Amino acid sequence: MSKLPFEGIKVADFCWVWTGPTTTKVLADFGATVVKIESHKRLDVWRMQPPFKDDQVGPDRGAVFNSINTGKMSVSIDLSQPKGIELAKKLVAWADVVTDNYAGGAMERMGLGYDVLKQIKPDIIMMSSALMGQTGPWHDSPGYGDQLSAISGLHEISGWPDRPPGEIGFYTDFIAPRFNALTLIAALDYRRRTGKGQYLDIAQHQGGVQYVAPLLLDYMVNGRVATRQGNRDPHAAPHGSYQCQGDDRWCAIAVFTDEEWQSLCQVMGNPAWTQDPKFATLEKRQENEEELDRLLNEWTINQDDMALMQTLQKAGVPAGRVGTTQDQMDNDPQLLAREFYQTREHPELGTYRPPRQPCLLSKTPCQVKRAPLIGEHNEEVLKGFLGLSDEEIEMLIVEEVIQ
Amino acid sequence: MTEKTDGLLSPYRVLDLTDEKGLFCGKLMGDMGADVIKIERPGGDPVRLQGPYYKDEVDPEKSLYWFAMNTSKRGVTLDIEKPEGLEIFKKLAGTADFVIESFPPGTMERLGIGYADLEKLNPGLILVSVTPFGQTGPFRDYKGPDMVMWASGAGPFIRTFDSPDRPPFRVSHHPQTYFHAGTEAVVGAMVALYHRGASGEGQHVDVSIQECVNWHPCGDWDFNKRLPKRGQMQLMMQVKVTHIWPCKDGYVMWRYTGGPMARRHSIPLVKWMAEEGMADEWLQKFEWDKFSHYNTSQEIIDRMEEQTKRFFMTHTKAELMEGCIKYRIMLYPISSTLDLAQSPQLEYRGFWTEVEHPELDATITYPGKWANNSETPPVISRRAPLIGEHNAEIYGQELGMSNDALETLKQAGVI
Repeated sequence: MSKLPFEGIKVADFCWVWTGPTTTKVLADFGATVVKIESHKRLDVWRMQPPFKDDQVGPDRGAVFNSINTGKMSVSIDLSQPKGIELAKKLVAWADVVTDNYAGGAMERMGLGYDVLKQIKPDIIMMSSALMGQTGPWHDSPGYGDQLSAISGLHEISGWPDRPPGEIGFYTDFIAPRFNALTLIAALDYRRRTGKGQYLDIAQHQGGVQYVAPLLLDYMVNGRVATRQGNRDPHAAPHGSYQCQGDDRWCAIAVFTDEEWQSLCQVMGNPAWTQDPKFATLEKRQENEEELDRLLNEWTINQDDMALMQTLQKAGVPAGRVGTTQDQMDNDPQLLAREFYQTREHPELGTYRPPRQPCLLSKTPCQVKRAPLIGEHNEEVLKGFLGLSDEEIEMLIVEEVIQ
Repeated sequence: MTEKTDGLLSPYRVLDLTDEKGLFCGKLMGDMGADVIKIERPGGDPVRLQGPYYKDEVDPEKSLYWFAMNTSKRGVTLDIEKPEGLEIFKKLAGTADFVIESFPPGTMERLGIGYADLEKLNPGLILVSVTPFGQTGPFRDYKGPDMVMWASGAGPFIRTFDSPDRPPFRVSHHPQTYFHAGTEAVVGAMVALYHRGASGEGQHVDVSIQECVNWHPCGDWDFNKRLPKRGQMQLMMQVKVTHIWPCKDGYVMWRYTGGPMARRHSIPLVKWMAEEGMADEWLQKFEWDKFSHYNTSQEIIDRMEEQTKRFFMTHTKAELMEGCIKYRIMLYPISSTLDLAQSPQLEYRGFWTEVEHPELDATITYPGKWANNSETPPVISRRAPLIGEHNAEIYGQELGMSNDALETLKQAGVI
């Protein structure tokens, strides 16, 4: 097995909450040394938000934190003190990459802007992933994933036409980390070839808006303003989620071709209603879609959701069980076969199951290690990486610069 | 048109065999400067018949979906299922750094261009495969349109959306799950590229769309054997709290918070409302420090919300966004594409890119860079290719095939 791609890459990681840590998880899972710079005075949000193991509050017991911070080291530095900033600068001098996802302008205000970091290390790659970017009239606007999804056009196109925009939560939190990671890793390759570092001023908003690009073109060219369509699709009918046996169980079914329609009818046992000419073609099915959905539901309500998915798929009909978290983790045959969740030991949690990266590399698969306890690597990093003496470290503890 | 400038991926060539499941991957790599060649079957890819269309003219050369997903790519036609086509593909693969594809698992192997074959041909080549459920496992042959991927991958997430009285829904219009998979494919490609830089060896990157969208409110099942109820997107509150509010020309997102956060959000909003005579004495004197959604009454919520609703109804999305900036509160419009087009922030960031379409005698404004990098920002270098647009350039000029040879291949349906 080849060694991991990012072995030897050193990251001074100021990321917190969700999008930043999910980004640096990619680096850590593929072998980088990621030093997460935390502070007891200002804990990472997800160290203090539920769910906690056994509902016991504790900075090392949070489910989200432990899922997205796999493989990282943790130092606990008080960045509100000048000596904390000095320590952070020492870490920058040690690092190849510096990452943050603060609101625009924050690193600069702390005295850790790109201009400063570049003086310390001319070829540093700095990635700042702010909501709106580092510049512009909205650059220091505060917000989380819900707010960003709303302003990026994604809520408007979600939900039911006869209701307000759907609540799709912090959707852009799943978009931003990938734009961050692909840009950052491409920049690592660029530097490897050219010796040049750079400042990656990434705006999560500019990434999020990419996901409505075709609709933006429709507006630009045709003046049409897109809005929500429930589960309708111009190329398929039936198309949606259909209720199954049990409490709140659903299976998605999406029929695009005549062949798929015939197969679906066959699986249903060719009930009389399917022979009605008003369901014979896609166009006709779309004309009568409400009735179609109702009739299909009358059949699916007696089916088990996962069995239905498998039966339909084996007959060539696209179908997908709408899983719960329990389903995804414990009984989805595909996710289990591909070992998407990796069982790991953890001093506070016993064992837990963080996810691996969704991309499977044949020669250098990722290696997921457990998330760090807060300040777990203070000594290893300060002594081992930065060469501080025991006396210097003692002093920093006394002054509460580190915990 | 913008010249090809130095990009993050300028030295690299990508052969793009994908359908809509993977088009976005090649687009992003092209925008980062790679030489991306979109390979379509003769006559053009079926994706070209997905709308919307330029001026609603249904035409394979006028699909706005195709335009959006294929910026910065050149295009050739090639039937790789025909022996001559396969040979041409192998020639091109010998010159490429990446091949991206989204065929059903096993297709590439059947054609004799699976990873093992490509590795022999070109040891540094990176093959990126994007499929609904991945290359392995009991579901590998299953079909994965967007609706199915939302269900089987993002099921837990969509269960927490609103409208629990209706079926779980996906985000409308174009396949969002394929956008996620496309970006993940680039991430995997970049990791493999970095590995190749040190080792010289390529590898196979296997991307499962199901895994790409398998997010969920984390850990409550794993830790505490609890599952959220349908529609329980946010916190477990006993009271009904409004999050999406109608305003004068649409909707905005807002929620009151208590405790220390209130000083930065709730209080400034109420102050603004008071300035416009829209907050009563009760609301102006409200004790936010003690307020929490977990220990309040529906009566209190309704009273504060009634006034707030009236206030929002007197303002447009743009005005409320101005207030968001001025008061630094988390008050955000639910933007439409129209709002995005008018965004002063996106304008300032140089986000919009003019792309020429000479055949249409038009210039269209596209969403552009996602990152304002100091050295090498992404750039749209050209519009999406026409069907077979670069056959002469690539087969003729680069591979040295004569015009007669190309004509023969065309007649035979190879290109």
